[in-house]
Amino acid sequence: MADGVIGDSQVDKSRRVFLTAATATTGAIGVAFALVPFISSWMPSERARAFGAPAELDLSKVEPGQMVMVIWRKQPIYVVRRTPAMLASLAGHDDRLKDPTSAHSDQPPYAKNVQRARKGEYLVLIGICTHLGCLPKQRFEPGFAELGADWPGGFFCPCHGSRFDLAGRVFDGSPASVNLRVPPYAFANDQTLVIGVDAANQKGAA
Amino acid sequence: MGTLKRALLFACVVASGAAAAAAAASEPVPGFGADWMSWRAGDDVTNTASLQRGARNFMGYCLGCHGLKYERYSRLAADLEITPEELQKYLLAPGDKPADYILTTMPAGDAATWFGKTPPDLSLMARARGTDYLYQFLKTFYVDASTPSGANNLRLDATAMPAVLSELEGLKRAVFKDEQETGADGKLMTKHVFDHFEPLAPGRLSAAQYDEFVRDTVNFLDYVGEPIQAARRALGIWVVLFLLVLTWLAWLLKQEYWKDVR
Amino acid sequence: MAPAVPPPAAKRAGLRAWIYKRFPVEEFISSQLTGYYAPKNFNFWYFFGSLALLVLVLQLVTGIFLTMFYKPGEATSFDSIEFIMREVQWGWLIRYLHSSGASLFFIIVYLHMFRAILYGSYKTPRELLWLIGMLVYFALMAEAFLGYVLPWGNMSFWGAQVIVNLFGTIPMIGPGLVEWIRGDYGIADATLNRFFALHVAAVPLAILLLVVLHLVALHETGSNNPDGIEIKERVGADGHPLDGIPFHPYYTVKDIVGVGVMFVMLAIVVFFVPTFGGLFLEPANFEPANPMSTPEHIAPVWYFTPYYAILRAVPDQRLGALLMFLSVALFVFLPWLDRSPVKSMRYRGPLSRMALAIFAVCFVALGYLGLQPAEGLYVVLARVFACGYFGFFLLMPWYSRVDKVKPVPERVVFHGHP
Repeated sequence: MADGVIGDSQVDKSRRVFLTAATATTGAIGVAFALVPFISSWMPSERARAFGAPAELDLSKVEPGQMVMVIWRKQPIYVVRRTPAMLASLAGHDDRLKDPTSAHSDQPPYAKNVQRARKGEYLVLIGICTHLGCLPKQRFEPGFAELGADWPGGFFCPCHGSRFDLAGRVFDGSPASVNLRVPPYAFANDQTLVIGVDAANQKGAA
Repeated sequence: MGTLKRALLFACVVASGAAAAAAAASEPVPGFGADWMSWRAGDDVTNTASLQRGARNFMGYCLGCHGLKYERYSRLAADLEITPEELQKYLLAPGDKPADYILTTMPAGDAATWFGKTPPDLSLMARARGTDYLYQFLKTFYVDASTPSGANNLRLDATAMPAVLSELEGLKRAVFKDEQETGADGKLMTKHVFDHFEPLAPGRLSAAQYDEFVRDTVNFLDYVGEPIQAARRALGIWVVLFLLVLTWLAWLLKQEYWKDVR
Repeated sequence: MAPAVPPPAAKRAGLRAWIYKRFPVEEFISSQLTGYYAPKNFNFWYFFGSLALLVLVLQLVTGIFLTMFYKPGEATSFDSIEFIMREVQWGWLIRYLHSSGASLFFIIVYLHMFRAILYGSYKTPRELLWLIGMLVYFALMAEAFLGYVLPWGNMSFWGAQVIVNLFGTIPMIGPGLVEWIRGDYGIADATLNRFFALHVAAVPLAILLLVVLHLVALHETGSNNPDGIEIKERVGADGHPLDGIPFHPYYTVKDIVGVGVMFVMLAIVVFFVPTFGGLFLEPANFEPANPMSTPEHIAPVWYFTPYYAILRAVPDQRLGALLMFLSVALFVFLPWLDRSPVKSMRYRGPLSRMALAIFAVCFVALGYLGLQPAEGLYVVLARVFACGYFGFFLLMPWYSRVDKVKPVPERVVFHGHP
């Protein structure tokens, strides 16, 4: 042992252990607090949140049977103004659907019905295939050639062949396993759709 | 800005100004302004009421030419405890949404033509020049026929900015006196030195009310320069206390181990 | 029958043994930490090496996070800084840590260098350690200069203009060199972008490499101490220096206190005075770069101002630039300018002490003068203090040789810690 350092026998071990533990614990708490700013900095910035504010759509421009696309939070939102015929086509193929009652799919409570909408006339979906994220194409015509005579109309994803009906519900045989997602939305009035909030005058979904 | 909004704004300015100025002197004293270089702005960035008045002042009298392009209306409302309704009614420019940045509608190119210089964005002016500068600037405008705008400024000589607040402050003249001074070459020079202001016409606010107007506006610009500053200081107290405790524990640990060393 | 499952403790030891067999962790710990013996008489001046290393790590971490949000470019740099300050969650804290960390780095490095001068830590056998340290200092100055340009405020622009123009004073190649550095006919987007690459990638790598070399050189010779005694010359029966103690746990535990104090001071600056009265973040830099409008007083950040004062004190541009470079370079020659038989100021005579005191006063005074406008009395004073500054180095071969020395003790002076 070097000249200056005393031997183990005179050391108060318990005080050392206590002080080491106390310092180490306080230090660890400090480190945890110090990590918060760095990790939080990766959260969406105020600018991202502002751009993520609710998107508004003027429905008077949408024809019956037409689909328009709106961007909300960098995602494509499909808005379809369904005709009575399109709504009728939703019935009669539950046995070919993976999740006919949307029990396993992602939608707000007001969209957990057959039509998957607040008002049957307007279908609002997040246009991202629930398989691997491509944008499904619209195939609203019943009996569309490549999709078979019993095709009721709906969406077809070109990447891996997933199929969805006119309420976004996924058909058996598709690589996707759940229905297309429905975002929060509300009607500010009969002509205005607000995507991103559950009630028309809210600030924006978290 | 609509005439109704302007009238509403003016009424608020007068009402709040009158309340604060009740006890204070309201007329300029003789020799007024001689000490302008020692005038200090307040340091009042936690005074929410003052910041709210300052925000209202800015939107009413400054936004026409100057932007605050790094600040959003929504942040302003959150920090200054302004409700969405008040934001809409008193502060939000027509056509702007709360998430928008506070931009002036004056086209920069036209402004440069009209004023000779584009009115600068004021987001960081309080950090770049300091609040004392801004306070002095807004209080030392004087009538000067030799400039394009008819006004000049002691803090920033030959400023391109017209005296837009003169309707509130009133008009004043700067009286200069000649002083003899020995120049670097040993010869006597005459220097034109500011002596005092002379009021020419009263504005719609008394001196005390105008002073409060300027203080509130400068305070607001101080906030806009760094919106996080109040939160930063508040958090800092806890951080320093925590670190002091940690350092003290480390010190005890060090003392304990160094008992070994003879 | 299945083999018995080894108990958890043995399993952990197994993992450790697995690593130890494949990587020299054990040797590293025993040679560099528990087995590295440092003199037991380290005082206040010996905190700053470990603190410098810590601040380097701080700058790297905060710098990397800033790079995630900063956008280099004439049109985007300034705006992206305000984006970080206002819209990135906690961005303001990361930014202030980085800007305050830069100034803190120089405070620590200057105190670290002063220690070396005070105790003769640059003398044999530590000359190479000192030289490598000087390279770290030069790299640090480059890094700080490059970093200050990145916000693209008005002082960023004009500071870059002045410093880059200095290279134009080099005979013959000067003007071409300046254009090559700038990548354009004036300080412009090209300059900003390359400074970004250098500041974020190239120079930090160089600094890291140099710091590693610095530590290797230190561990080869062992540390000096306030008495200037070589502790390896008196070794005990166990093979360790009699006046040495293992770095771990004694100096690890002591350095943690230093770290705590440093963080307290850093926190006070970051949370209460981040601009530090305009010294750490200059007011002119809150205005965007304007090639048409020079700020009233161009001054570099405080840690460069002593050299800047010397530059401006000389009436001739070329000579001024030369003397300024010389004033930085002279540090390099200290191991050979110093002819004293004794290392530590404790055992040197009045001439050396006075010279060092004068030097310290001159350095601080020049630093202050570098912040003032270059006119009148300020220039006269700068010339006087510059003479004191150069005198410290240029007269050292004489005064260090003729100065009285006190007898150096055999063993270090250590009275124990209460």
